[in-house]
Amino acid sequence: MRYPFWRIGVFVVVLVWPLLWLYQAWEDALGPDPGKVLVDRLGLGALVLLLVTLGMTPLQKLTGWPGWIVVRRQLGLWCFAYVVLHLSSYAAFILGFDWSQLGVELRKRPYIIVGALGFLGLLALAVTSNRYSQRRLRASWKKLHRLAYVILGLGLLHMLWIVRADLKEWVVYASIGALLLVLRLPPLARRIPRLTAKKASSAK
Amino acid sequence: MLIKVTRTSDCHESDVTPESLYLSRRNVLGATVAGFALGCLPQWASAGDAARYPDVEPGKAPSWFSEKLPATQWGAVNVKDEAITPFKDATHYNNFYEFGTDKGDPAANAGALKTEPWSVVVDGEVGKPGRYALEDFMKPYQLEERIYRLRCVEAWSMVIPWIGFPLSALLKEVEPTSKARFIRFETLQDSKSMPGQRSGFALIDWPYIEGLRLDEAMNPLAILAVGMYGRELPNQNGAPLRLVVPWKYGFKSIKSIVRISLVSEQPKTTWQSIAPDEYGFYANVNPTVDHPRWTQARERRLPSGLFKPNVRDTQMFNGYSEEVASLYTGLDLRKNY
Repeated sequence: MRYPFWRIGVFVVVLVWPLLWLYQAWEDALGPDPGKVLVDRLGLGALVLLLVTLGMTPLQKLTGWPGWIVVRRQLGLWCFAYVVLHLSSYAAFILGFDWSQLGVELRKRPYIIVGALGFLGLLALAVTSNRYSQRRLRASWKKLHRLAYVILGLGLLHMLWIVRADLKEWVVYASIGALLLVLRLPPLARRIPRLTAKKASSAK
Repeated sequence: MLIKVTRTSDCHESDVTPESLYLSRRNVLGATVAGFALGCLPQWASAGDAARYPDVEPGKAPSWFSEKLPATQWGAVNVKDEAITPFKDATHYNNFYEFGTDKGDPAANAGALKTEPWSVVVDGEVGKPGRYALEDFMKPYQLEERIYRLRCVEAWSMVIPWIGFPLSALLKEVEPTSKARFIRFETLQDSKSMPGQRSGFALIDWPYIEGLRLDEAMNPLAILAVGMYGRELPNQNGAPLRLVVPWKYGFKSIKSIVRISLVSEQPKTTWQSIAPDEYGFYANVNPTVDHPRWTQARERRLPSGLFKPNVRDTQMFNGYSEEVASLYTGLDLRKNY
């Protein structure tokens, strides 16, 4: 395995946040409505991780360092894990495990429907993220995993429906997402300059 | 309805250190009495008002407030068997978008708001229009404590001991003309002290506007508040003057009011202008009419812990049906949400 310490480092850095938030909730440091705070933070965390995951390929092209690609699958799976936690805390702390209410929400609330579609998309990508699926699906695997950009769109729409009064934060994430998408357009993707001629790895 | 509930933490008359002991305290300090005596000192110092509630941070009350406070009618309206929300939560979990959209932003940023001097404009269809300094504006009114449920449209709720006076008393004072059918309120607009108003991405067209039908405003439950938890309002809770209408969602209870107008047309209120499908003019608490994005049938009574969630059923008109339901007979509350 290449770059073992880099991989483990990324693993630990992403793992630490949910543990920290859970600890804060335990310690009453998240205010009087910790369930809502956890749901929000996990959701935003998943969006950030999706953006980071999609940023790996352009970064690799820009710097020539293969380490970015090495952690791409891991980051994608982390995004899925955050979404699973986001959903679980929604079910536990907002719905209070009232499953009949979940049925109502899924039928009636557009932003919940969009979020659920995004989750299904991520689920498909997570299930097919292993080498076996890559071999089996061959060319269609790549096509399937372009779904990540559709999921990003769904996630941003899901968030847009929630922030109604001030779009500043949303605009930041949406611009980064749009930039990443534009960078993948073939005419632009070919022109991404290599910043360093042949970069020696900075991490071990 | 005055129900004096003695808390186990309250000091009894008999707990008060005898004067002789107090005067000779230098001699007795160091004895075990010292800790006890010190524990009681702040109780005398603050005249026992803020000390009605535990863990209340003392503020710097304007002098008109301190002069009026001793005559306050405590517990004029109360809730039955419902715990009052801790002061810390009521002051650190706020929606006051002028100071930012996060729940903690108002507590962090509202310190910059200058509430003294403050003036209130009364205009429109009134016999006595004018611009009043807040201390003059407040002169005619006796303060009352009203312990009300507060139900936010976001499906959380609190119980808050407000200090204020009935809105109807103000209306009597300013003499609405026969043309007045609605009352319109306006929050301060001051981008220097209100960072939320500086945001270029805000969808709110400042200043914040709210309003009531005149008969709603005359209902005895509607009050203008100047204090809470036995002290003046903290800035993040809408100092120095705010509306409290407990049978409506919290966003109707407009904060930091600078202008009160009596008008003949229904005012265009802030949230109704941004999202008319989500927030109506009436905004009565109603468990049978959902918000388009979530159910209003239940609420999280804060603090609601992660491992012991405090979820309860939302009551029609937030539990004030008896007092306000008659205002809406014949009105389709599904359409007029």
